[in-house]
Amino acid sequence: MSAPASSFRATDRELASLGRQRLVRSFLLFMTAMLVLPVLGILAVLIWQGGPGLSLEFFLDDPKKNMTAGGIFPALVGTVWLTAVALLLAFPLGVAAAIYLSEYAKDSLLTRTINVAIVNLAGVPSIVHALFGVGAFVHFMQFGQSILAASCTLAVMTLPVIIVAARESLQAVPQPFREACWSLGATRWQTIWRVVLPNSGSGILTGVILCISRAVGETAPIMFTGAVLYVPFTPEGVLDQTMALSLHLYNISTAVSNVPPGLPFSVALTLIGVVLLMNATAIAFRMRLRGRKKW
Amino acid sequence: MVTNTGPEATEPMLDVRGLTIRYGGSVALCDVTLEVKANEIFGIIGPANAGKTSFLRALNRMSDFVQGMEVKGSVRLAGRDIASVRNVYALRRSIGVVFPLPVGLPLSIYDNVALAPRMRGVKARAQLDEIVERCLRRAALWDEVKDRLRNLGSLLSGGQQQRLTIARALSQDPELLLLDEFSIAIDPVTTMRIEEVLKELRHEMTIVLVTNLVQQARRLADRTAFFLGSRCIEVANTEELFTGTVKDQRTRDYVEGRYG
Repeated sequence: MSAPASSFRATDRELASLGRQRLVRSFLLFMTAMLVLPVLGILAVLIWQGGPGLSLEFFLDDPKKNMTAGGIFPALVGTVWLTAVALLLAFPLGVAAAIYLSEYAKDSLLTRTINVAIVNLAGVPSIVHALFGVGAFVHFMQFGQSILAASCTLAVMTLPVIIVAARESLQAVPQPFREACWSLGATRWQTIWRVVLPNSGSGILTGVILCISRAVGETAPIMFTGAVLYVPFTPEGVLDQTMALSLHLYNISTAVSNVPPGLPFSVALTLIGVVLLMNATAIAFRMRLRGRKKW
Repeated sequence: MVTNTGPEATEPMLDVRGLTIRYGGSVALCDVTLEVKANEIFGIIGPANAGKTSFLRALNRMSDFVQGMEVKGSVRLAGRDIASVRNVYALRRSIGVVFPLPVGLPLSIYDNVALAPRMRGVKARAQLDEIVERCLRRAALWDEVKDRLRNLGSLLSGGQQQRLTIARALSQDPELLLLDEFSIAIDPVTTMRIEEVLKELRHEMTIVLVTNLVQQARRLADRTAFFLGSRCIEVANTEELFTGTVKDQRTRDYVEGRYG
């Protein structure tokens, strides 16, 4: 079937498919750009409008004059509290559930139902979680309106994301690794602890990153369960009420009058900054873990 | 180690009776009965889907962990019925397994070999060092990796990883070593080196060698079983198998390369 070199000339069909290839490539590039543009736009507007308002005092002062001036310190601290406590609750629970589903549970109707339920749970609107949180944590568990109740609500909301991400990354560890380990006389747990978990850490952390981003920005689940319009102090424990950046942004944008135009943008910029900072930490961890993942 | 004299010396290392394996509805192995003597290399040849791998998986009760795998019949290892062994982990520690594709776990070379000893509770550094060096030497890998034991085992070349797998299997001092088409992903030179290793190891353990290379069985095995279509067609001394004195026409055809 070898042809002489002179026949390297492209046929019409090849020319056509080359043209199509260029077209598809440009289209995909265009779609990617369309995705990136709004993000850049939002960032540009936020920085342009909100950037001048940022200062050390803005971060470290309490809100003043009915929240039309001053800083955002209590809200900033509150958001970190809410997210951190939510993560402390959701992370161990979610990873444990993912390990059970991926490594122990037999493939049965029940398991499949649970898996479908978890995926669907991720799609439940946050306001529904909020109402659940009011009923379950504020009243039934009697946490009252507190960081604990709000964080529990956030945890419930983010659990499915963590579970799905962790389960996927556990299942991405090749089955032969498990069988090799079992054949050495390892128990399931020894196999999970020594071989499976160390090699799925980066995927699990991806779930955590998604989870943080969602938890930091959510307003609905916390506004009924523990976040309030204004408290002049930072929380000292999980049973305190707190301000939160997302709710603060909502309030000064809608409920409070005479807010200087730049202020909401500054708050929004701070909110995004907090998300990026928390994500960066998780990504740094993930990069350290990914360094080990080679096969 | 089964080198003692007395009644057990005559007992086969492996006594398989009426072994049938199903995955869900499909039969992978049907009513296999055979014996493997202590310190022999027992070859199993046969085309794909003959049930060779399933046979090995039944021997270390992998069926306990693999959903949908059903095993019937009896397997006696050195006189013990494996189904009645309470501690399946101890059973597996006495059986080394080498897989068709090299499975270097994504741990360091050292940790790959030290994994099993650590899991059974060996903590002393000196003792672990000794086990790692001894096993790597026996698997003919020590000289190539002794200066980089901290490197990832999963980054070694295929042939090195396969020898690492053998070293790992040896780290438990198994009575029985199961090899499943170990040479499928490695070059002929490495294959020959591993075959030399196996010839040495047979003095210390019993080896069951599943292979799709008929000539490999001829080079190594004392006796060889021919599996076809989920059944064990026959078991014979390897030389008889290759000199054409076997009874079954199908075996003769397979050995002579007329099908499969």
